[in-house]
Amino acid sequence: MKVILIDDEPLARGIVKEYLQSYSDVDLLAECSDGFEGIKAIQQFEPDLIFLDIQMPKINGFEMLELIENPPAVIFTTAFDEFAIKAFESNAIDYLLKPFSKERFDKAIQKYLQHANPTSTQQVLETAASSPLQQNRIVVKDGNKIKIIPVNKIHYLEAADDYVKIITADGIFLKKRTMSFFENSLGAYHFVRVHRSYIVNTQLITRIDVYEKDSHLLLLSTGEKLPVSKTGYSKLKEVLGI
Amino acid sequence: MLRQLDIDQTHAITDSVVSNILLAVSCFFISNNMKYYLPRREKYWYILVISLTVSFLWMLAQQAVMWIIFNEGDNYAEVIHASWSIRFGAGFLLISSMSMFSLLWYSQQEQKEIESRKTEAEQLSKEAELFKLRQQLQPHFLFNSLNSISALTGSNPEKARHMIQQLSDFLRGTLRRNEQQWNTLEEELKYLQLYLDIEKVRFGHRLQTEIIFTDENLRFKLPALLLQPVVENAIKFGLYDTIGQVIIKIIAATENDYLKIIVQNPFDVETSQPFQGTGFGLSSIQRRLFLLFARNDLLQTKKENGHFITTILIPQISDGNKSKK
Repeated sequence: MKVILIDDEPLARGIVKEYLQSYSDVDLLAECSDGFEGIKAIQQFEPDLIFLDIQMPKINGFEMLELIENPPAVIFTTAFDEFAIKAFESNAIDYLLKPFSKERFDKAIQKYLQHANPTSTQQVLETAASSPLQQNRIVVKDGNKIKIIPVNKIHYLEAADDYVKIITADGIFLKKRTMSFFENSLGAYHFVRVHRSYIVNTQLITRIDVYEKDSHLLLLSTGEKLPVSKTGYSKLKEVLGI
Repeated sequence: MLRQLDIDQTHAITDSVVSNILLAVSCFFISNNMKYYLPRREKYWYILVISLTVSFLWMLAQQAVMWIIFNEGDNYAEVIHASWSIRFGAGFLLISSMSMFSLLWYSQQEQKEIESRKTEAEQLSKEAELFKLRQQLQPHFLFNSLNSISALTGSNPEKARHMIQQLSDFLRGTLRRNEQQWNTLEEELKYLQLYLDIEKVRFGHRLQTEIIFTDENLRFKLPALLLQPVVENAIKFGLYDTIGQVIIKIIAATENDYLKIIVQNPFDVETSQPFQGTGFGLSSIQRRLFLLFARNDLLQTKKENGHFITTILIPQISDGNKSKK
């Protein structure tokens, strides 16, 4: 069994390492202290199981997982994170609350061995990421680099098949997510879905023009123009209070 | 009734219409009056007075109107004269029962409003208290520290014991402190050091602190629990916004009658857009300074060469400070 540890506190990694010593078939391939190292190590070693902390520098555990094509099975380790715990509870995957005992640790390993099921990692991600607190930024892959986009730097989002195009001043980025996912998670940050294919940063709106019957046209301060559907317009009116 | 008094139909109908309209106006007036002024318990005589007054005015108005309409004297005046006591009695009864009713209605309404406001206020204060408690406990810090201790018990029991002591001293300090208290910088720095030492065990490989002060600074005073959240904020910000070494600088200085404390942490210029204004977590400190000194300019933040710099000025006005001098 190939294992990788990802936690920004050396002592926290130490205790998992110590607990793992009683398992003879475990190969501890790497120890990482942040998400960037984690991504590299996962791509390099293709582990079966990772132990992952949530609060880490730059990108958190969830954001790191989002950037990996086929995430491995995960056992989360965290001290206190109400939103994350909510996400775990509704899914099959296990999590360890720090500090945890050897018995609890063994139980998590048993659970993994009984039904190793990486698809549940995806489910956890969906649930966790839809809590707004995780989302004052969006992490995307830009070639080989990882780009962190603060939400207020986004002009608008546009649907593009299985992806969503994120349009910012620094360029256009792609993320494999649905529009309704972003509609939910960005709702708390003055974003409105004005059209089936568009979600706009309402702080950038400078003008709303009547376009045709039942449709409007938005003008952003960045010069971009977006169509607004009938339902989009009523949502917009509600948010802007007009 | 009026017919009995031997007058024609026109007079009778007009009379009753006028009386009733005026009566309705009076009742409306009373009810409105009660809406905006509710007599308190010891002022219930007010109802009697106002009912009498309004009834009297009603009588006057009614007679005046009748006189204007018919402009005739003798016969009708007599009729009115004969019926005034009955009229007044009926009017007074109606008007006073209207005022009683209004009083009851609006009192009850007011009671309900007070009740709901009270529960709301209680709810709010409970929530605030709970929030504060949770903040003070810092669950994230606490559980991660306990986890470090758990790790150390295996590899370095001596160090584990030391950390338990540090954590206990720190928690005791948190419990003992209240926000009204003023402490010397020396005491506050000692308490802060406990916190920094614990954080260094957790992040030893990354976290460094530099505290700069003179002996003279140490005698200056500041409100309890003011400095710690600022430093906490700087550490969190520094550690989670950057990768690699983090140096947190705390510089104390004195300027005229002010104690000036500067806290500096590194941050990532490119990605740390999300926090706005004075930065996350600092708004509560801003608020506290305002409540203490009624000034909004005591906390200032700026970004300089990849460093986030928080400056706090603390006016030296406490009694304790004067007695020391």
